[in-house]
Amino acid sequence: MDLVANNLSYKPDDQYHLNEVSFNFKEGNLYTILGRTLSGKTTLLKTIAGLLTPDSGEIEFDGKNFLKVPVWERNVAMVYQQFINYPHLNVFENIAFPLKQRKIDQSIIKEKVMDALKSVGLLGYENRKIQELSGGQQQRVSLARSLVKNAKILLLDEPLVNLDYKLREQLREEFKNLFSKGLADETILIYSTTDPRETMELNGEVIVLDEGKVLQVGPAKEIFENPNSLKVAEISNDPPMNIIEAKISDNQIRFEGIDVEAPQHLSKLTEDGLKIGLRSSDIELNENGHEFEVELAEISGSETLLHLKRGDTKIIVSIEEVLNFKIHDKVKINFKINRAYAFHANGKLASSPFGGLNG
Amino acid sequence: MNKLYIFLKYFFIVVWTVFVVAPFLWALTTSFKDFQSVNGGVTYIPWVDFEPNLEGWKVLIKSPAKGGVDIIEPYFNSLFVTCTASLISIILGTLSAYALSRYTFKAGFVKNNDITFFFISQRIMPPIVLSIPFFLFLSSINLLDSLTGLIVVYIVLLMPIAVWIMVDFFNKVPREIDETALIDGCNPYQAFLKVVLPNSIPGLIVAGMFCIIFGWIDFFFAFILTFTEVQLLPVKIVALNSSVTPWWSLSASALVSVAPLIIVAFIVERYLSKGNLSGAIK
Repeated sequence: MDLVANNLSYKPDDQYHLNEVSFNFKEGNLYTILGRTLSGKTTLLKTIAGLLTPDSGEIEFDGKNFLKVPVWERNVAMVYQQFINYPHLNVFENIAFPLKQRKIDQSIIKEKVMDALKSVGLLGYENRKIQELSGGQQQRVSLARSLVKNAKILLLDEPLVNLDYKLREQLREEFKNLFSKGLADETILIYSTTDPRETMELNGEVIVLDEGKVLQVGPAKEIFENPNSLKVAEISNDPPMNIIEAKISDNQIRFEGIDVEAPQHLSKLTEDGLKIGLRSSDIELNENGHEFEVELAEISGSETLLHLKRGDTKIIVSIEEVLNFKIHDKVKINFKINRAYAFHANGKLASSPFGGLNG
Repeated sequence: MNKLYIFLKYFFIVVWTVFVVAPFLWALTTSFKDFQSVNGGVTYIPWVDFEPNLEGWKVLIKSPAKGGVDIIEPYFNSLFVTCTASLISIILGTLSAYALSRYTFKAGFVKNNDITFFFISQRIMPPIVLSIPFFLFLSSINLLDSLTGLIVVYIVLLMPIAVWIMVDFFNKVPREIDETALIDGCNPYQAFLKVVLPNSIPGLIVAGMFCIIFGWIDFFFAFILTFTEVQLLPVKIVALNSSVTPWWSLSASALVSVAPLIIVAFIVERYLSKGNLSGAIK
């Protein structure tokens, strides 16, 4: 049972929330929608759920026109980024709610709810009030409520974004286990996120969304290795990929008075307005490197993010250790230039180290 | 510091309690006094300062023929009119508030907020402005001097309060809760009844209390729109006043007229202290 959408557009105000979005989701697969905030992820999920009606375009599920089916008959499940539960019901009643709505036998409900509680690790909490649970537990309850329905389409709208770092890591791990346990046998799982790392870890089919438009579709690895445009490269990297305006001639990449020998996959690109893309992790500190000035140094967890500047060029370097720098310090860095990407002036990918569009 | 804090705390509690309770005690003792004890200087304690009697209370239930005012019928009229009007106002007001909070209305330049304001604006107008239209309206449909007419007018007056409070309340209930209910298989009516309403009980109680209070204490419209057939309590109490002010029966009637409000307040307080209202919606 496939979920197919054709040219979905939704424009409630001056801006497109969805702009000609098409996709073909197959059962048993995990799809990740990657995009920045306000890129239309939630709109897309709500459209699939039936909470929003697109201005134009069509959705088919199992060969039937899905737009004609009201929300309450669609058999979808959705987990919101806010922890949405029914505050007047306790944990058990919350999870049982969709089943009671279907008038299922009481004993079967009990069994299913207990199963769901077990799979999200909340056994023993069934009589608690929702308000007595922590954020992570509340999100588990809403996950359990969406699991218990056995819905054909499971929508997860940035389910981890409002959790603190540790819980996020933990719950993400559990999600992965749940998804791989074969829960998704005939379910279409759609997961939206702003976090590239989450996308890579879930390792499903990725749809990169920006300003309501689909920029690229492909497996997570493919998006990471061969982003088809500057924008995708920005969205799918955190911190965003460094973009350096450079010129390549005589086998040398030249910018800000620096000459770097061009690797083979870049050497033939001699056009004007070329942009070189380099991940912040592909730049390292090196005594014999090129001198840059520190604009800002942030320490996050166990890594240091250095914002560097030389002339008009600004780059971000991430270093896997905690280092203390002062503003205006001089540092010397080296580029792992054979990991560099090149983009045309119009933003399209020109060459990638992983072989996309070489030459 | 700590002792001073405790002292000040109890000091203010005592002052406030005296402030609140004293008028009730005063009315209670006065209701058992006679002409002599009221006008013959200040008296406080029954059986010591004055000899209590039930004359003030008896006037309230004696028929006019025997020199009483008989507030029993007006009392039940008032109860009936207030409760019916409040109930209908809450039901209609909650439904319209939910619609105003969740759906978008547009008629030319009139949008949701304008409609909400339109409801509230009914209460901004001085009552005197409304009295003549109401009078003409009720007389044209032959409902002057009737309970039904009063209920109609009170619904017009009370529903804006319900709408106003409930719109604000529904706006604070996350839309995602309704959406989740829809996704979980409720149609819009079930989503409202099974999910939104149970989470709105605190708002309903507040709106209900305001409706009951405003309905119960209204004198103006009850006075203008009724004559002889139907009378409400506030109007009847005023009728007690004559050339000699009967402080004892006025006090007694004041006590019986606040009684329902005190009972309502106690019930709500019980409910509040059980913690049923707190944290329903975060």
